[in-house]
Amino acid sequence: MTLRIRVIPCLDVANGRVVKGVNFVDLQDAGDPVEQAQAYDVAGADELCFLDITASHEARGTILDVVKRTAEVCFMPLTVGGGVSSARHARALLLAGADKVAINSAAVARPELVGEIAQKFGSQCVVASIDARSDGQGGWEIFTHGGRTPTGIDAVGHAMRLAELGAGELLVTSMDRDGTRDGYDLDLIRTIAGRVSVPVVASGGVGNLRHLVDGVKEGHASAVLAASIFHFGEHSIADAHKALRDAGLPARR
Amino acid sequence: MTDAIALIDYGAGNLHSVHNALKAAGATGISITSHPDAVAGADRIVLPGVGAFGACRDALMAIDGMADALEQRVRHEGAPFLGICVGMQLLADTGVEHGTHQGLGWIGGTVRAIEPDTTDIKVPHMGWNDVQVRGDAPLLEHGEAYYLHGYHFDVADADDIAATTHHGETLVAAVARDNIFGVQFHPEKSQRYGLELLERFLTWMP
Repeated sequence: MTLRIRVIPCLDVANGRVVKGVNFVDLQDAGDPVEQAQAYDVAGADELCFLDITASHEARGTILDVVKRTAEVCFMPLTVGGGVSSARHARALLLAGADKVAINSAAVARPELVGEIAQKFGSQCVVASIDARSDGQGGWEIFTHGGRTPTGIDAVGHAMRLAELGAGELLVTSMDRDGTRDGYDLDLIRTIAGRVSVPVVASGGVGNLRHLVDGVKEGHASAVLAASIFHFGEHSIADAHKALRDAGLPARR
Repeated sequence: MTDAIALIDYGAGNLHSVHNALKAAGATGISITSHPDAVAGADRIVLPGVGAFGACRDALMAIDGMADALEQRVRHEGAPFLGICVGMQLLADTGVEHGTHQGLGWIGGTVRAIEPDTTDIKVPHMGWNDVQVRGDAPLLEHGEAYYLHGYHFDVADADDIAATTHHGETLVAAVARDNIFGVQFHPEKSQRYGLELLERFLTWMP
């Protein structure tokens, strides 16, 4: 066959507990991250993503403990993002057991950070995480701080730059779609995927399995990320794999 | 499993993941070590590795006596050896990633960039792909494993290739010669398939 399309559940973690942002504002607790990670490991998720949304500086270290405990019992690739601000911070996450670190706001403030981390630890472990909103004129603008802060930066140009600097993967989230369950912003995903040589992960807006298929077929994504459709048991990872296979796409059995 | 397993610590990012997976596969006598003496006394040796060939090579060679200890224990005394990802690539003669670097030279060939003809093939090769076993290669079974690499081992002698995969072109997924075994994919991240491979390595009598 060929390289499989990856199905990636994403767990939002705050203060060491799993939460899921509904439109990124209202949070509801959904359990222990290590237990959830184990459940996804057993279910055959292709990778797992932890997004640390811990607000307080004091509680920042809690994610390291979560990653370390997860890596002890889960034998699947783990991406960790949220507030990663330096090569030192990335190193701590990698040593704790993360396979990839996602850099978001820090790469908006200083794109060179992506290159520095790639140089030290390899491009394969650097995910450039891009949060974008439509500018209403056929383009997209980078937003930071959970989609609240506009930057005036063109999302496609930013994505291309981070890939050139050494990001091994781009995680592209539509902040217009996140939490809506209306499906990915396929134009956004496809536009970026067509401009870079690295894999693109589609994110933001999945409400059903058809959206995952669309992310690949129409968005040209290499991987599809989703949260609530998996967390609340509406669909299993196996359902997602089967939906991809039924659409003629390569997916694990 | 009470074999003494030396898991070589030269700063590789997947060291602890490999440690966790070896434990889950049943290993009890693992020492995470950067001491040549521990390699000399080990029943089995595991070399992890992620990132750039040159950086990993430099870090390994920076440990005084390590290259000699590996040469003696693996090549001369025949201790079963497992290299993972860049730990497998380091077996090559040379690597051309950010300059040309000399490898251990145990398995002939060169580590070079994956350079697809089409933009549809994304690099790094990232995700689950086939492990197509060749001939009577040891330890391996056909299956799906997790790959994460932008460079690949272009092996000189086809007899050393134990398995392949396909991403735009045919890529070496595993190498084997006598007691030396290496995998491009990550058994420590390949769920049941990977743990079963590690289990077999722990009882491998080449």
